[in-house]
Amino acid sequence: MTGRGIRIEGLKKRYGSGDTAVDALKGVDMEVAPGEVVGLVGPSGSGKSTLLKCLGAVIEPTAGRMTLGNEVIYDDGWKIRDLRALRRDKIGFVFQAPYLIPFLDVTDNVALLPMLAGEPNGKARQRALELLTALDVQHRAKAMPSQLSGGEQQRVAIARGLVNRPPVILADEPTAPLDSVRALAVIRILGDMAKRYQTAVIVVTHDEKIIPTFKRIYHIRDGVTHEEAGEGRGFD
Amino acid sequence: MISLAGRDILHAWGKFVFTGIGLGLLIGVTLVMAGVYRGMIDDAMVLLDNSGADLWVVQKDTQGPYAESSSLYDDTWRGIAAMPGVASANNITYLTMQVRAANHGQPRDVRAMVVGIAPDGPGSAGWPPYLVAGRQITRSHYEAVADIASGFKLGDTLQIRRNRYTVVGLTRRMVSSNGDPMVFIPLKDAQQAQFLKDNEAILQQRRRATENPAFNRPGVPGLLDAIIASQSTNNYVNAVLVRIKPGYTADEVAAPIRRWKRLTVFTRAQMQDILVNKLIATASKQIGMFMVILAIVSAAIVAFIIYTLTMDKIREIAVLKLIGTRNRTIAAMIMQQALALGLIGFAVGKITATFAAPLFPKFVLLMPGDSIAGFFAVMVICALASLVAIRMALKVDPAEAIGG
Repeated sequence: MTGRGIRIEGLKKRYGSGDTAVDALKGVDMEVAPGEVVGLVGPSGSGKSTLLKCLGAVIEPTAGRMTLGNEVIYDDGWKIRDLRALRRDKIGFVFQAPYLIPFLDVTDNVALLPMLAGEPNGKARQRALELLTALDVQHRAKAMPSQLSGGEQQRVAIARGLVNRPPVILADEPTAPLDSVRALAVIRILGDMAKRYQTAVIVVTHDEKIIPTFKRIYHIRDGVTHEEAGEGRGFD
Repeated sequence: MISLAGRDILHAWGKFVFTGIGLGLLIGVTLVMAGVYRGMIDDAMVLLDNSGADLWVVQKDTQGPYAESSSLYDDTWRGIAAMPGVASANNITYLTMQVRAANHGQPRDVRAMVVGIAPDGPGSAGWPPYLVAGRQITRSHYEAVADIASGFKLGDTLQIRRNRYTVVGLTRRMVSSNGDPMVFIPLKDAQQAQFLKDNEAILQQRRRATENPAFNRPGVPGLLDAIIASQSTNNYVNAVLVRIKPGYTADEVAAPIRRWKRLTVFTRAQMQDILVNKLIATASKQIGMFMVILAIVSAAIVAFIIYTLTMDKIREIAVLKLIGTRNRTIAAMIMQQALALGLIGFAVGKITATFAAPLFPKFVLLMPGDSIAGFFAVMVICALASLVAIRMALKVDPAEAIGG
């Protein structure tokens, strides 16, 4: 793997202890290369969200190893002290609902992350506008989130996830509220952005409309992943 | 870094402004309460200032003439005037009563403190030190000078007991410690007003004296007339106001009066203590309690509003935390909103209090120092009130932004 992308080896997560312990992840292996978009599918309760939270450094795994680019971030314990900065600088998030900050306009919603990282406002906004242009929503740059359509909101959310050029983007059911045309458009945008910015993208979904677009799919069931080749129709 | 709090306030400005107005009215009431307390103290101070006295000589072992009743013979002043260090000694009477405006179509009663002033002329202790209209009392009967707060005008006729008085002068800020406007009348009239009985009572008193064989002795002509005359006259005043000569201290002059005249003498500092610390002590405690309650209610309202506003943003806060926003940034956002709410509330409250104060029947004195203290108190209350919401926001799990 090159300097970007993510690799997970033997990742485990146990909730609780003793007789009531639940093993949500039982040794997950996964590798996503820079510029690649993979699907992570599985039924409810299979461990998708737990895996996403572990990857997003929101909860701590019980065991295993996670490597982000060439940096080991977890090896039976966090190797990074400031997980907040890790999430801000190295991981992009795209949610099922866009969850844009309602009191910030589109530009500032996107520019907020670099601003939080200490970048000057002007420069952060410039970067935000570049991304909004790439995602074809630059004409709504001054609009408030409530004035956007669902598809526009999701594109702004993708721009927010990409703005700090993270090595990995975690997308949690990003197409769930969209119709099939808009859903495919969002996946296409994620694919384009992954290639353009050499970002590894993991899309958690059970949206039948978009599953055929992935080249590689990880199926997760009972806390264990199985890799299989997808149809990969969406990005070429 | 952009101001998240500022953007949120601009986004939901209506909610903030209306909440701020509600809070501001509470703050306004609190400021007015403080103004009422200050007004009570100021009323007491102007009562002392306007009396023009350095010493108050009253009946022994009383705290008169303002806090308790006090009676002195009206010739006591002569002996006091001869004491060392006394520049002048003037009789005075005070009586708080209903004064009736007699020349209006509809009779109107005004609660007023009727002050009987000795006929020593303007500038003497007890006389109104200045007028805003008309002239001072020049006749020995049936003229009055009234404070403008009484609502009387020049030429109005007042009825005090059985007598009618013409208002010849108007003064201002001449009030009792209760804030009642003063009406100055000649001393003799005031003595009559205090002690003169109505005709029926006088008739009954004379009948009783006539029927009493001890007073109506066949062999002692003139005794009954003398007794009736003594019952019909009043030789008492409430206090003697003393001014001291330059070069003497109040205590130097007061000590021999206490010793040789066997009277109670209060210096200005002692009288101030009676008026401020004793006479209005209960009222000030009452106001203090109200202010504490209002402060608690204000804090509860701010806490509730900020808590509700934060609850509305739980998902956004989870997202902010997930994407790497520091806890202190989120805490600062909530606290800044609470402070902004306090700022809006204080501005509304200050404006409300300023415009409402003159409408109150009693004097409301809004002191700049109280406003500054109030401002900081509001800010502290708002900051403390936001802690509940901050605590809740900091407990929000960033994982809430991710489903599952």
